[in-house]
Amino acid sequence: MSDYYELFGIPRSLNLSLDDLQKRYYELSRQLHPDRFMRKPEAERQRALDMSSALNDANRTLKDPIKRAQYLLRLEGFDIGEQGSKDVPPELLEEVFELNMALEEMRGGDDSARPQLEQAESNFTRMMSEVDQQIQALFQEYDNASKRETLGEIRGVLNRRKYIQNLLNEVHAELAPQT
Amino acid sequence: MEIDFGVPAHIVGIDLGTTNSLVAFMDLTGPRIVPGADGDKLVPSVVSIQPSGEVVVGNPARALLLTQPERTVYSVKRLMGRGLDDVQEELKLFPFRIAPGSESVIQLKLGERIYTPPEISAFVLRQLKQNAEKYFGVPVSKAVITVPAYFNDAQRQATKDAGRIAGLEVLRLVNEPTAASLAYGLDKRKNGIVAVYDFGGGTFDISILKLQDGIFEVLATNGDTHLGGDDIDNLLLKIALEDVASEWREDLSGNHEGIQRLRRAVIQAKERLSFVPVTNIELEYRGKRYQREINRDLFDKLILPIVERTLVPCRACIKDAGVSIDQIDEVVMVGGSTRIPLVLSAVENLFRAKPHTELNPDEVVALGAAVQAAILSGEVEDQLLLDVTPLSLGIETMGGVVSKLILRNSTIPASATETFTTGVDGQRNVLIHVVQGERELVKDCRSLARFDLKDIDPMPAGMARIEVRFLIDANGILNVTARDQRTGKEHSVEVKPSYGLTDEQVEKMIRESIEKAEQDFAERQVREARVEADTILTAVEKARRHDAYFELTDAERAAIDKAVNELLLVYHSDSLDLIKVKIEQLNQATLKLAETMMNTAVRGALKGTKI
Repeated sequence: MSDYYELFGIPRSLNLSLDDLQKRYYELSRQLHPDRFMRKPEAERQRALDMSSALNDANRTLKDPIKRAQYLLRLEGFDIGEQGSKDVPPELLEEVFELNMALEEMRGGDDSARPQLEQAESNFTRMMSEVDQQIQALFQEYDNASKRETLGEIRGVLNRRKYIQNLLNEVHAELAPQT
Repeated sequence: MEIDFGVPAHIVGIDLGTTNSLVAFMDLTGPRIVPGADGDKLVPSVVSIQPSGEVVVGNPARALLLTQPERTVYSVKRLMGRGLDDVQEELKLFPFRIAPGSESVIQLKLGERIYTPPEISAFVLRQLKQNAEKYFGVPVSKAVITVPAYFNDAQRQATKDAGRIAGLEVLRLVNEPTAASLAYGLDKRKNGIVAVYDFGGGTFDISILKLQDGIFEVLATNGDTHLGGDDIDNLLLKIALEDVASEWREDLSGNHEGIQRLRRAVIQAKERLSFVPVTNIELEYRGKRYQREINRDLFDKLILPIVERTLVPCRACIKDAGVSIDQIDEVVMVGGSTRIPLVLSAVENLFRAKPHTELNPDEVVALGAAVQAAILSGEVEDQLLLDVTPLSLGIETMGGVVSKLILRNSTIPASATETFTTGVDGQRNVLIHVVQGERELVKDCRSLARFDLKDIDPMPAGMARIEVRFLIDANGILNVTARDQRTGKEHSVEVKPSYGLTDEQVEKMIRESIEKAEQDFAERQVREARVEADTILTAVEKARRHDAYFELTDAERAAIDKAVNELLLVYHSDSLDLIKVKIEQLNQATLKLAETMMNTAVRGALKGTKI
């Protein structure tokens, strides 16, 4: 089966127009959706089911910039397992250490750590937006020159992003449980 | 594209509701509801089984709720695809009589017989099928059936099973709010974001869709399959029961008939309150009279918690759809409970938009199902529905943790592939436990089924590579296929549904229902033959007083007497052939009589004619 980019008939780039993607998605859905094959033989119906599920999976992947980048990395032969995201990025070591202390206190019922967590939340949120800008720039760089080194850098930034995201999730869960 | 010159295949659209069911179809002017024999468009989803085994459905069955509550059932949709543990709350409030052995599939006792919820729903579906067949004059065998958007896999499967048992090929299950949007979208043809608020008899759904040039893309859906107008009825019923207990010094709660009458009374009061500010709950029963005034303020206070419960899924759905409230252009109201003024104002407040109520909220889902039927038949070509799966799908991993494979609100069909291997040397089977839900732990999710990958070639642990594909089809139902990565061969998968009927059980029910349908058909024919016999016997008796009768010879009169007696002898037999033969013999024996009567009539007529 062709890859997601081929299925949509678009070049293998990291930045893409979401409007164009949606237009193509609707057009292809009109052709491939099982509704269009109801009166066809079983084999054709099965193929429509396979094709339209692939189309939907492709759309979900390509319309989200992070999933899109992960997908392209895999296509280009990069291993994007979970390993990288578990190691603490060195520059964050101190901050993560303090955060974990504060989280422990909160979990232990000590609400005095709340301001510290709120501070951490705003720090990490700021970091997230920096990371996203960085990713944006790297996407542009790759689309211009298609260098493998750029992809390597993107992988690193994606891992860092994932790490920060996980931290943020933990902080959110502690600050506003049950939402 | 092939051109089909055959008879137009009537694919009907069916709304199989908690309280009422409807069947609709599409003609050149648009979707239309097929009325029942009594002219009513709504067929109450009530089934009663008579001691003879005769099945009564709809309005007549609803009447039997009062007189034969122990053999009559309603709101059975609440039990579809559920296990006994799931329905403990419903059992407190609804008079379901559960038979033993109901752990994974509920068994209901109706009089002397026992039925599963899909079989009872099948009775309703068969009635709708018959109504449509009578209307069209041709057999109907294909249908689109709607389900609450928030129905899980087991509930969808149970609905599909019900269709099969009723002799219908279920071409598609469509989510109710999405169907409603199709019915609305048909004449609007607008682009924009639409929310559909569907508050029915037993379920609540909210869906947010993007409409663009005939594409209806569901962005997100949410809901509660245990929340509906029934719950409002139960609130009022509780109050009324307490009143009656103190006024009459009598506890009606154990009295099936009494409680049904009281339930009917509170439902009527509830419905009136949508149109008048104050009304009475009134009951006259066994010579006693109960009356209580209820005004809308009190009613609103009572039901506010229920209305607020519907707003929680609404907010979650807006968030999941990734839209802000200002981006939602329109809100469409579906389901009988949206007639309640408080519901309307709550929705208007939340979405800051005037809700659409132009189409009858009881009919709009069935109308939409008919539109989807026309899309499937190819009659409607410019519209397409892209729906989503309401719940995340995952598999159980080490430590009872769920690994999610397909996230909720993914457009369907959707698929995911996972590779499985063996844990011990020579292992022949791998068991995969599939669950549905949003929580992290298996015990907090809904068990869907266990899939057994069998006959794996014996080899050292970790060497086998079985690629398993999980595919949620356009009906929202999971299909699992497996392939051996080394050999590329399809692998057999044995499915053990956690809640629901196995394929064999459904097959058996289909066989029984076909036999039953044949038996029903034969019975109907015998009944019709008896009616024919009645007609001719009455005519003969009348003719015996006619002049023409005395013009016959003795032998001719004796022949008539003989034929009459013989017909009377077979009249109560169940043999259609015998009754028909004897009718024909009587016809033959009375030929001369009929002829003479005709001639006398002509002679009489001629005499009276002035020339």
